[in-house]
Amino acid sequence: MPVLTPELVEVAERIVARYPKGRERSAILPLLYLAQSAEGHVSREGLREVAELLGVTTAEVEAVATFYTMIRLRPTGRHVVSVCTNLACALRGGEDVHARAREALGPGCEEVTEDGMFTLREEECLGACDAAPLVQVNSASYDRVTPERVVEMIDAIRRGDPPRPSHGTFPGDFRQVSRILAGAEAARPAEPAEPAEPTGAGE
Amino acid sequence: MTERIITARWDEPDTVWVDRYLETGGYEGLRRALSMTPAEVIEEVKASGLRGRGGAGFPTGVKWSFVPQDTGRPTYLVANFDESEPGTFNNRELVERDPHQFLEGVIIASYAVRCHTAFIYIRGEFLWPGQVLDRTIAEAYERGFLGTDILGSGYDLDVVLHRGAGAYICGEETALLESLEGRRGQPRQRPPFPAVVGLYGCPTVINNVETLANVPHILVRGGGWYASIGPEKSPGTKIFSVSGKVNRPGNYEVPMGTPARVVIEELAGGVLDGKRLKAWTPGGSSTPFLMAEHLDTPLDFESIAAAGSMLGTGAMIVTDERDCMVEATRRLLGFYADESCGKCTPCREGTWWALRVLERLENGLGREEDLPLLEDLCENMLFRGFCPLVDGAVSPMSSTLKFFRDEYEAHIRERRCPFTDRPPMPAAADDPEPLTSEVPR
Repeated sequence: MPVLTPELVEVAERIVARYPKGRERSAILPLLYLAQSAEGHVSREGLREVAELLGVTTAEVEAVATFYTMIRLRPTGRHVVSVCTNLACALRGGEDVHARAREALGPGCEEVTEDGMFTLREEECLGACDAAPLVQVNSASYDRVTPERVVEMIDAIRRGDPPRPSHGTFPGDFRQVSRILAGAEAARPAEPAEPAEPTGAGE
Repeated sequence: MTERIITARWDEPDTVWVDRYLETGGYEGLRRALSMTPAEVIEEVKASGLRGRGGAGFPTGVKWSFVPQDTGRPTYLVANFDESEPGTFNNRELVERDPHQFLEGVIIASYAVRCHTAFIYIRGEFLWPGQVLDRTIAEAYERGFLGTDILGSGYDLDVVLHRGAGAYICGEETALLESLEGRRGQPRQRPPFPAVVGLYGCPTVINNVETLANVPHILVRGGGWYASIGPEKSPGTKIFSVSGKVNRPGNYEVPMGTPARVVIEELAGGVLDGKRLKAWTPGGSSTPFLMAEHLDTPLDFESIAAAGSMLGTGAMIVTDERDCMVEATRRLLGFYADESCGKCTPCREGTWWALRVLERLENGLGREEDLPLLEDLCENMLFRGFCPLVDGAVSPMSSTLKFFRDEYEAHIRERRCPFTDRPPMPAAADDPEPLTSEVPR
């Protein structure tokens, strides 16, 4: 069974067509996301098929894939929980949030939990330091997360009832989000951003 | 306080939709630009004195004018939305709250440099802003602000949203181009500069999101109006992203030249729990820390440079008297060691060795010779790398060694971090992994 089904190959061709003629290689990252959406990570076979579609070698695709942390080359949980512990989040307790998430998820969670549900990542700055400590689940952001809250979030996801992120709606599991990141989804209606709560924009 | 310009529509959630954007003067700048020649648009932006908001502060109009027009090859515009500098979050909020303002800036800039395919490079972690932009771009096509014969002007433009996948270095403009071409994000030799040899070897302009958000306003109200705001050499307003130990973290737009004290103490509500401010970065983790004594420094490129730091992205991370600056530095060096692309030795090795030394200091295993060793590392890293990432890594080290040497010394003397309740390390204990040339990876 190929990784990229005929439907996905069609999507891939649409993505490739966005780039100028002769510059198809630009689609490597989107197509890696697409392969990731099919398997939950990118396997050797996934790398090979992306290479074939773009007319480059598997080694070239692998060289790109290994550079970027959001392309996962090893088995990955159904949900990827990322906790920022860079300075701005650390100053507001990000380390405790990470430690509690780690405890709640149990051994091996940096790779994948035994039930296959989660992968935990200690993240670098996610560009939302006003909302520190920040947690992302499958790249959906949760603002000002406490250690207690991250455990509740994990429990809720386990129950199949993921909490609503701080912006928009829950985008789905890691595979579904990989498909969005590939640029495969039709544009979704943007909900208005949250009201101008704590951030100031000057007076 | 002077009016807000690029955050003026933030209080109204409906701004994200094209109809509301149009009701509040949206796309007027584009109409105005399309009634001018591209050269006239460049002149207007030059007259505004607008300087790039991504960190380097290069004059935007001048950058656009460097693009050669007689190469017979396409010209590209790339919007750098890879916002990853620790502490920086204004691009994200600009797009989340007023996405059409940014897109209008992209279209005007593209027209000015005669580009027909523009790329927006967004960091992969920005899932929601990316979804907002997808919708915004779709709306712009529907209303004829993108596509062929824009507003009947005969000008054609397509915009492609391209997502990164987790690499800080791709915010560096030549690494970004490599990434966009489907390669590892490693910086290129400059010169040639991207204006001449950029994306796909073609002339390319790369602008930050905040820079582009200013452009529609300059077209509507004129370069002279913009140039009259703030200091002569750093005109306009700037968004400062305040985070860490303040009461109201957030983005605050003020005229350039506003004293840092106003932003930190008034707008961001001052330090948490009434504590004393210890240190702050003026422009993200890659700019040297400043102290409380620098709070009256005007926030503009020249004044911050004179104070010994850099305006950078305007990201102010604030620490207070309870925070350990050795630990803060260790944490940041962990970031740079992680994000070093590995291309050049001073950065790849320097960040890693510095991290090791900082780790043992924080763990109570520091030695007297570690401080000269760190200074030596700083000296051998600064300006020795292939790109500025390594200089960014030096900033927290060199500035904390200068301002907080007593904290480093206390770690060595007490054999513990004085800001924690950890017990001292026994006198016999030594670094379990002594520094050797055998680097476990």
